[in-house]
Formats: sequence, C-alpha cells, structure tokens
Amino acid sequence: MTVKIENLTKKFGDKVILNNISFTVNTGEILAIVGFSGSGKSTVLKLITGLLEADSGTITTDKHGEIAMVFQYSALFDSLNVFDNITFALQERKEFKGKYSEEQLKEMVAQKLETVGLKNIEEKFPYELSGGMQKRVSFARAIMTEPTLILYDEPTAGLDPVASTIIEDYIVRLRNETHSTAIVVTHQLSTIKRCADRVIMLYHGDIVFTGTPEELESMATPYTKQFMEASVEGPMQINVSDF
Amino acid sequence: MKRIEYFITQTATYQFARIIRAQTFDFFETFGRMAIRFIEVLKYILTGQFSYKHIMEQSAHFAIDSLPITLTIVSMTSIILAVQIAPEMVKQGGGNFIGGLLAIVTVREMGTIMTGFAIISMIGSSMASEIATMKVTDQVSAMKVLHVSPIKYLFVPRIIAGALMMPLIATVSSTVGVFCGGFVSSLTSPEVTGLCFINSVKLGLYNRDIGIMLLKASCFGAAIAHISSSCGYDAEGGAKSVGIATTKAVVWSFIAIVIIDYIFALIFYF
Repeated sequence: MTVKIENLTKKFGDKVILNNISFTVNTGEILAIVGFSGSGKSTVLKLITGLLEADSGTITTDKHGEIAMVFQYSALFDSLNVFDNITFALQERKEFKGKYSEEQLKEMVAQKLETVGLKNIEEKFPYELSGGMQKRVSFARAIMTEPTLILYDEPTAGLDPVASTIIEDYIVRLRNETHSTAIVVTHQLSTIKRCADRVIMLYHGDIVFTGTPEELESMATPYTKQFMEASVEGPMQINVSDF
Repeated sequence: MKRIEYFITQTATYQFARIIRAQTFDFFETFGRMAIRFIEVLKYILTGQFSYKHIMEQSAHFAIDSLPITLTIVSMTSIILAVQIAPEMVKQGGGNFIGGLLAIVTVREMGTIMTGFAIISMIGSSMASEIATMKVTDQVSAMKVLHVSPIKYLFVPRIIAGALMMPLIATVSSTVGVFCGGFVSSLTSPEVTGLCFINSVKLGLYNRDIGIMLLKASCFGAAIAHISSSCGYDAEGGAKSVGIATTKAVVWSFIAIVIIDYIFALIFYF
C-alpha cells in the first residue's frame, strides 16, 4: 500500500503539532519517523489510523486495505488472554464473525505466534508475559487481519537491547513475509539502522530531513548532526518543560 | 485599565464566577457526550448488534459481585426501619400494619434506591475505572484501530446487563429486606406474629408497586452502567484521570438515580 500525505496540519489548541507536512511512503517500504519528544511523530500515526482528525490536508492510499498499529506499550487487552487478544478483530468484527471455526482460529493463532517467535502461550494473560513478549503478541494481533500497512509507535520503547534487536528483526521479517508497508516512529538509532529504508525527521511540526539511514548517519545537515550527537546545541531548540 | 482588569480578576466573586462557569460547561459537555453515546448504544441494541457472551459475562459480574453488599445494605435498612417503626406502631395499636408499611417503604423506595447506591459503589466505580484504565493505556485506541466500536464492545453489554440484572437484585434484596424487617418486628411484641406480618404485607403491597419497582430498577441499572462507562471513557492522561473518572461516575450516578426516582414518583404516585 502506498500512503500519500499532503499538506497535513494538526493543532492542539494554539499549539501547532504538524505544520503542512507532505510525504509519501511507497509500497513495501519501511519509513522511520524520528525527532525529539513532542515533535508530532505519534500524531502522524494517529492521523493515518483515524484516531485523530487532521485540521487540514489529506491522507490517501492507493488501495483499500487493512491498517494495523503496534502501540508503544503494546496496548493488549488486559482482561483477555493471548488467544482472545490475537483473535479480537476476527471475533468481534461483523465481516469476520462465523467465518472461521474455533479450530481454524487456534491454527491461525499458533501460526501467527510462531511468526513472532512464540508458542504455547495462548492461555496466558498479558500480565503473565514479559515486555518483549507482550510486544510480540501485539505484533501477532496486528498481522491477524493481514494488513497492508503496519504502523509502529516506538516499538522498542522500554525493552532491553537484546529484546529491541529481536523486535527490530521482526519488523523487517513481517514486511518481507507479508509484503506490507510500514511506518516506524522511533528514537532509537538501532531501529533506524536495522529496519528503515528511509527516514524523515520532524521538528516542531516540520519535516527537517528526508533521506536514507546512511544519509542520516553522515550528519550532513545541522539537524541530523544534532540528532545523531544527541546534543542540546543546534538548530533544534529543546524545551526542558516538554520532557 | 489593565490594573483595574487585574484587580477584578483577583476578586473572590470573579474567581467564584469563573469556577461556576467552568463547572457549568463541564456539566453540559459531559451530559452531551453521554446523550450522544446513548443514542449510539440504542442504535446497536435496536439493530441487534450485541454479543450474548459479553452480556452473560457482564451480568455475572453485575449480579454476583454486588449481591452480598446489596443484601447487607437493604436488610440493614429494613431492620433499622423496623426497629424504629415497630415499637411505636405497636404502642399506638397499629401492630397489624407493620408488614404493609415496611413492604411499601422497601419495595417502593428504600430497596431499589439502596440497591442502586450499592451497585454504584461496587459495580459502577469498577466499570468506570476499568474503562478509564483501558482508555489511558491505549487499549481503546487499539480497539478502534482494529475496527471494533468501543461503544458496542464496552457500553452495550454493560448497559443491557445493568437493565436486566438490577431488577433481579432489587427483587432479591427487597424480599430479604422485608423478611429481615418482619423478623425484627416480631421480636418487638408478641402481637406481631409471622402470619400477621405476612397478611399485612399482602394487604399493603400491590402488584403495581412490584411492577414499578422492576421498571425503576431496570432504569437505574441501565443509567448506572451507561454513566459509569461514559465517565470512564472520558478519561485522558494517566492514573489521576482514572481517579477523577471514577469519582465523576459515582457522583453522576448518584444524582441520576435520585432524579430518575423523582420522575418515577411523579409519574406513578403523584
């Protein structure tokens, strides 16, 4: 699925979160959106999924397809076990109701769990799983409806380096296996290097850099230099009260 | 001019007016949101878009979890009433009417409203905090992204369960309450026998009263479930907003059932 974003603007009260931004994500591409906290990265994802409405601008896709999102802290339904979490959409949505038997659902869940490197945890509840496992279960839930666009909101937040690496590998693996497009909001350099085909950097609602991870690493612009060096000195003014 | 403006804004009257204005806006905003959501709930119910499995789950939660506290509160209220009323009535020669009076008070008013209060504190607060937690931990957003309506999944089963279970709980608790009151009354005087008490209940209570109690309890149940769910759904931010949502749900539910009770009294007994 190709996603085209044109002149997107979003304000919360007087505060401009996204200021007339435009970019395209091509089919099969993994686009990383980076930037400091409060730069509007997660807002882009919420606008794409329809959780928020844009003040102006358009988001268009080249075909109708399922959009899935992996949330920062997994957002698994804590009153449901892993099986019910993963099959939630298939059990609750009108178009899927009755389409699959219990046996088929069990088979599908086992298969999706295997895709994310897990097995025999269908009966467990989210609180019984580690952060990395919860994240992978949320991946399995996201791919259950075979989405053509997967959005990841800081997928490695709160995970140790090894768990982060595993998650990053799954992002690439899911793209390769499902041929889906992906947008990853992240702060983490390892996620950008290991996953992204292209990177855009947001600052105060504007796109200040577009390029490949290698171009980002080359620190050719003052913005990329400040970001890569994690410096408080540079064109991006850090408001301490935002943290 | 700016100095005058500054002094005006610092006065207690101005601050009070500002708070009143904010509270009024908040009231109408909350009420409006509740009304819009209720219309959506009705749409799902009338088009049969609900899951029996979820209704059963919520009903079990609604009825079983709340029954012990409801029975305790309603029974104790009836016992307190009996302790205060029975000796006076026996003194004035009205011992034969204790059952009827107690049954009327319990069935028409105390049983249902006390059940309502118990349900609010036990179930309503739990519903509000559960949904509020789901909201602040992005579970509701996840539901929306999966194209499942939170109103359909979270509100509808709770409201139907509330409307169906509350009459049942009110009936059980009122019945137990009247009998507890009867038992205590019989201890006050040898005149008040069990048979005398039951006969008085039969004479004092009409089928109409029971019908009105069931209808009122059903409205209470639906209102508590809807208000609690809606207040929980309005939560935004973190743990603090979960607390605010829960408090708001309890306060709004208390006010709502008192208003509903008043409307029922006006329609059926005025």
